[in-house]
Amino acid sequence: MNIEIQNARLIDASTSLDRAASLFIAEGQIAALGDAPAGWKADKTLDARGKVVCPGLVDLSARLREPGSEHKATLESEMLAAVAGGVTTLVCPPDTDPVLDEPGLVEMLKRRAGALLQARVHPLGALTRGLRGEALSEMVELTDAGCIGFSNAHQAITDTQVLFRALQYAATFGYPVWLAPQDAYLGRGGIAHDGEVASRLGLSGVPVSAETVAISTIVTLMRDTGARVHLMRISSAAGVDLVRRAKAEGLPLTADVGIHHLLLTDRDIGYFDPQLRFAPPLRAPADRDALARGVMDGTLDAITSDHTPVDDDEKNVPFGEATPGATGLELLLPLTLKWAEQVRWGMAEALARVTASPARLIGAQAGTIAPGAPADLCIFDPAAYWAVTRETLRSQGKNTPWLRREIQARVVTTLVGGRLVYTG
Amino acid sequence: MPTYHPQLTADGQLKHLLSIDGLSRAHIERLLEAADPFVSVGDREVKKVPLLRGKSVFNLFFENSTRTRTTFEIAAKRLSADVINLNIGASSTAKGESLLDTLANLVAMNADMFVVRHSESGAPFLIAQHAKSGVAVINAGDGRHAHPTQALLDMYTIRHYKKSFHNLSVAIVGDILHSRVARSGIHALTTLGCPDVRVIGPKTLIPTDVHRMGVSVHHDMARGLEGCDVVMMLRLQNERMNGALLPSAHEFFKSYGLTAQKLARAKPNAIVMHPGPMNRGVEIDSPIADGQQSVILPQVTFGIAVRMAVMASVVGA
Repeated sequence: MNIEIQNARLIDASTSLDRAASLFIAEGQIAALGDAPAGWKADKTLDARGKVVCPGLVDLSARLREPGSEHKATLESEMLAAVAGGVTTLVCPPDTDPVLDEPGLVEMLKRRAGALLQARVHPLGALTRGLRGEALSEMVELTDAGCIGFSNAHQAITDTQVLFRALQYAATFGYPVWLAPQDAYLGRGGIAHDGEVASRLGLSGVPVSAETVAISTIVTLMRDTGARVHLMRISSAAGVDLVRRAKAEGLPLTADVGIHHLLLTDRDIGYFDPQLRFAPPLRAPADRDALARGVMDGTLDAITSDHTPVDDDEKNVPFGEATPGATGLELLLPLTLKWAEQVRWGMAEALARVTASPARLIGAQAGTIAPGAPADLCIFDPAAYWAVTRETLRSQGKNTPWLRREIQARVVTTLVGGRLVYTG
Repeated sequence: MPTYHPQLTADGQLKHLLSIDGLSRAHIERLLEAADPFVSVGDREVKKVPLLRGKSVFNLFFENSTRTRTTFEIAAKRLSADVINLNIGASSTAKGESLLDTLANLVAMNADMFVVRHSESGAPFLIAQHAKSGVAVINAGDGRHAHPTQALLDMYTIRHYKKSFHNLSVAIVGDILHSRVARSGIHALTTLGCPDVRVIGPKTLIPTDVHRMGVSVHHDMARGLEGCDVVMMLRLQNERMNGALLPSAHEFFKSYGLTAQKLARAKPNAIVMHPGPMNRGVEIDSPIADGQQSVILPQVTFGIAVRMAVMASVVGA
C-alpha cells in the first residue's frame, strides 16, 4: 500500500532532518521525502498538519509480563500500549516467569508478539539459568532463537567468578551483555536513595556506592574479557562519571537511563507515595542533573521507559512493601519532551535518544526516516494535552507517578513497516 | 503529591497525628498545654473525664508493643472512650490479608479513631489516606520514621523540668539510625526552638546527612555530652547488637553506655531520659537509670496525659 503523509514536520536527528515536507511510503519502506517518486500514486493520504512525524520510538526496556504474570499485563495489552505510545521497537528483559533461558520460550514470545503485527520485539535472554547467577545459559541457542543480548535483569550476579565467565563466554561470540549495575549487598534491604530524604522518612537507604562499586567491577572485567556491555538504568552522578571515563578509555560500553530518573528525585516521594518507588531508587536533585548532562553529552546513549506494569495490590501498600516500577510505554514520548523542555534541549536531539541512538545500540534497522528504511513511524501532536488516567492508559499497568496529571504531546498515528498499527 | 501535610485540615487544624515533621511550633505548644489538666486526672479517685464518651478507639498494632498499647488504652479509657485492641501482627496479615483490606473491615465497624503501630515507615499515612473522613489516625510508631506521641511526651517532660527550650543543649544517644523516637524528637526540639541538638553514636548507627535535620553529630560520647541540659538515651534493639553494625553489646556500652563518669560531663542538673524499655548495662548503667537525675518514670506518667491531649485534639473535643 502506498501511503502519503502530507504537511508534516519531519524530525530525524540521525539525518539532521527537521523540516516541513511530505513523506512517501511504499512496500513498507520510506520511498521518498519531499518530492513524490516518479509515477507515485497514493492509496492512502494522511494529513499531518500541526503534527510531528519522527521515527518510531525504540524502547530499551519494556516488561510485557508474559509468560508468567498475565494478571498484571498481557502481551496484547502491552503491545497495544507500545504502539499507542509510538514505540515501534522494544527490548524485553528476561525476568519473566519462567525466565527467558530456554530457546523455546523465546521462540514462543517472538511468535506470539509477531502474530500481533504491532511493535517489533527484541528479547534479551537470561545471562544465567533461572537468573540465579550460577550457571551460564545456552547463549548460542538463545541467539538463534532471537535474543539480541543477555541480561540478568535486576538480579545482581553476586559471584564475581560467574560474572567474569559470563562476560568471557559472551565475548567469545560477540554477544552484548546488559547489566544492571547494582551491588547486591550494599543495596540490600534498601528502598530509597541513601540521603537526606531517606534519613528523614526513616526509609532504609541504597547508597550510591551500590552503583559505583558494581560499575567499577564490571568495567574491570570488561578490560579483562573484552566483552561488550550495556549498563541499564544509571541513577547517580558518580555512576555517570564512571561511564564517561570508561567510554573515554575506549571500552565497548553503552548505557541508558530511565525517563523517571530524569524527571523525578527522592524529594518527590513526598509522604511515602509508593508510585515513586523505583529500582534503582530515584536519587537526589544533583544526580538527576548529572543524568541530564550525561544524556546530552552522549555518555548515556538512550532514554528508556523501563516499562513495568505493577498491579494495584502491589502499590496500595506501605512504601517499603511496594513493588518498584511504573507503567511507561505510553508516557515515554511525552515525558521525554517534557524533560527536554525543562532542560532546554532541542526536541530533535531529545527524540534521537529514544529513536536513533537506541536503534544503533541494538543494531536494529530502525530509528530513522531515511529513504529505504522500514516505515516505522510515530506521528504525534506536540501541542495536545491529555490526562493520564486509568481509562486513557492502554497498558494493564495503571500505576505511574503521573496518574491523574495532564501531560503534553499525544501520539495520533503509529506505523510499523508501513502498516497503520495505531490511530488515536 | 499533596501540597499541605496530610495530618492537617485545609485550615491547619490537626485531624490526624502522623508525624512531628509538618507541625508548627504553635501546634506542638497547644498539645503540650492541652496535656496540663490531664496530668492530675490520674491522681483523682475517679480517673475519668467524659471527653470521648461514646467514641470507639481501635488500637491497631501490626507490630507488638504491650507498653505503648497499654498507655494508649489507659489514655482512651480516661477519656471515657470504648477501646478495642487488635493485635493484627498475629492475625490478618499473617493470613495474607492486605493492609487496606484489614482497614476496610475495621472502617465498617464504625471506628472513630485508629491508633496505629506498624513496622513499615509511612504505613499510618496510607491508613489515613484510605480511612473514612472523620476518622482520626494516630501514629503510635511506624518503622524508623516517627513516634510523635513519644516526642510530645519527651517535650512535655523537658518543659516540666527545664521550663523553656530556647537555651537548652540536648543530646540524643545511641542507635539514631533505626530510631523513630530520635527522628520525632529532633523535629520537636528544633521546631520548639532548641538551639543545640546533638546526636551521639558510632558511624554505623547515624543516618546519612542527618545534619540536614538541624543537629550536630558526635562520635565521642564524653565530648558530646559536654554541658548538656538533657540526655535522651535510646533503646538498642537486640538484633543490632551482634553483627555488622556493632560487634557486641558489651563494646557498645563501653563507648556509648551512659555511666556516672560520662554523665558528669553534662550539666550537674541535667536530666536523663529513656523511652523504655531499657537495656540496663547496654545503653544505660543501672545506678543512672534509678538515680536522681533520671526522669524516666515521670516520662511514663506524662505520656498518658499527652496521649489524652492528642486524642482529644484530633477528635476536636
